[in-house]
Amino acid sequence: MIIRSKKASDISSSEITPPEIYSGRRRFIRDAGLGLATLALGGTTLSNEVSGQSQEIPARFRNLKSELGEELNSYRDITTYNNFYEFGTDKRDPSRNSSEFEPEPWTVSIEGHVNKPGNYELDDILAPVTMEDRIYRLRCVEAWSMVIPWYGFPLAELIKRVEPTGNAKFVRFETVHRPEQMPYQKTGVLPWPYVEGLRIDEAMHPLTTLVTGVYGTELPNQNGAPLRLIVPWKYGFKGIKSIVKIEFVDRMPTNTWKMANSFEYGFYSNVNPEVSHPRWSQARERRLPSLFKSHETLMFNGYGEEVSRLYAGMDLHRWK
Amino acid sequence: MAMAKKFLGFMQGWTFTAGSNPHSSPGSNTMIQKHRILVCKMLIWVAALSPGSWLVAGLIFGWLGPNPIESLTHITGMTTLVLLLVTLSITPLRRITGWNGAIRLRRPLGLFSFFYALIHFNIWFVFDQVFNWRWMVEDIIERPYITVGFSAFIILIPLALTSTKGWMRRLGIRWTRIHRGIYLAATLGVIHYYWLVKADVRLPLLLAFCLSVLLIYRVLGWLGKRRRTIARSHGSNIS
Repeated sequence: MIIRSKKASDISSSEITPPEIYSGRRRFIRDAGLGLATLALGGTTLSNEVSGQSQEIPARFRNLKSELGEELNSYRDITTYNNFYEFGTDKRDPSRNSSEFEPEPWTVSIEGHVNKPGNYELDDILAPVTMEDRIYRLRCVEAWSMVIPWYGFPLAELIKRVEPTGNAKFVRFETVHRPEQMPYQKTGVLPWPYVEGLRIDEAMHPLTTLVTGVYGTELPNQNGAPLRLIVPWKYGFKGIKSIVKIEFVDRMPTNTWKMANSFEYGFYSNVNPEVSHPRWSQARERRLPSLFKSHETLMFNGYGEEVSRLYAGMDLHRWK
Repeated sequence: MAMAKKFLGFMQGWTFTAGSNPHSSPGSNTMIQKHRILVCKMLIWVAALSPGSWLVAGLIFGWLGPNPIESLTHITGMTTLVLLLVTLSITPLRRITGWNGAIRLRRPLGLFSFFYALIHFNIWFVFDQVFNWRWMVEDIIERPYITVGFSAFIILIPLALTSTKGWMRRLGIRWTRIHRGIYLAATLGVIHYYWLVKADVRLPLLLAFCLSVLLIYRVLGWLGKRRRTIARSHGSNIS
């Protein structure tokens, strides 16, 4: 078990997150209004020109870097360059086509081998948890990457609360299916709804995060509002967006990309520079906004120290 | 940069001298013919240079987003394929409309297609492979979509180099045979596109459909020609 706060450059959530937004953050922002929030936090305005939104970026993000000393990507980069096929297959489509999407109210159905199944209101899910900033590298299987300050809480906190039984070997997640608000769900480019999965120990790992925001502000629709998954040592497509269902199952679920193309995408999808993908060499990546694909990809996306024990004794060339 | 300038200079020479053959059409139609070809060529220049101009402007004004290399690669590749298909549609256009002058449009179209293929390849070599030959060779060997794309590019090189009147004359009948390589290059190019798309294959399939129509048109033409030849030789045997 790792203790993240022991890392020298980690920011402790209690230091930087004002207590009023530890819980019920969405409600806080809604009630206080963005202007007041800005005054309170002394933030700067960064605009997201494509979707016409303007977001207040809290001052605590100034000069902040990742634990490896990497610069953060801009709010604009993070919110205008997205793979979210429900809104279109071009990277700019999600920010352009997601304005009609309604992330509120939101309910998550928790099912399967748990003692406390049921429909949970998002506000209820967020009420008892400790929200914190998590600066993670996001490595896409397409060989580009960003450094993103997510805002969320460990998935483990929710899992413990719903009490999985001994039969819960895997966790299966599902994205919402709303073809009227997600135009590409009317096409057959992928089998809908989008499905992802984790082994229960991966899901319980402290790095695995349920995200509700970015740069300390509400998660935009194009980034998977109102609730998405981030598993920083895996390729980006494992980070399922707009989650409406979390199911505890005894068999390995089939994730959407594996369903679409089992030859190229596996269940584990750990970032691994040694395991080549038929389309993209995974040895290097383009660290946006750099033009050159010259950034060396790290095993487990640089989180090997924390997660390699999960795969002890497994042949990672076989379990892709 | 200097190379690109030289290449553009070449192309200008090729495309504009090609239209000035005084023996192209007899009598009073010559002026109209020349005029029509000139207008078409100007349209081709404007149309063919517009994706490139859009990309250059996008780089300057920053509307290509956080990963401009992706847009550059995609749009130069797409333009290459579309121009290749337009090049391939000149012969059917000529047969169907009976306008023989259309053949003069084939060279500028083909060369513009190669121009974009050259940029496409160089973007990949410079920004994806970072001038590293070993990485490039690995990628060509290991990734089938790159293998076919690279092959298509290699096939286009001799076609572009031998597109001048001089080479046409020097090679004679062999010129036609060499330039049939465009069928293979276009096919490999479309396969390259189909294989690299992750899930949304609608556009590559549309290009594949257009290409099949153009190829089937040729096959039917050849079959018809062969039948006529056989019929003629049979006829002469009987008489």
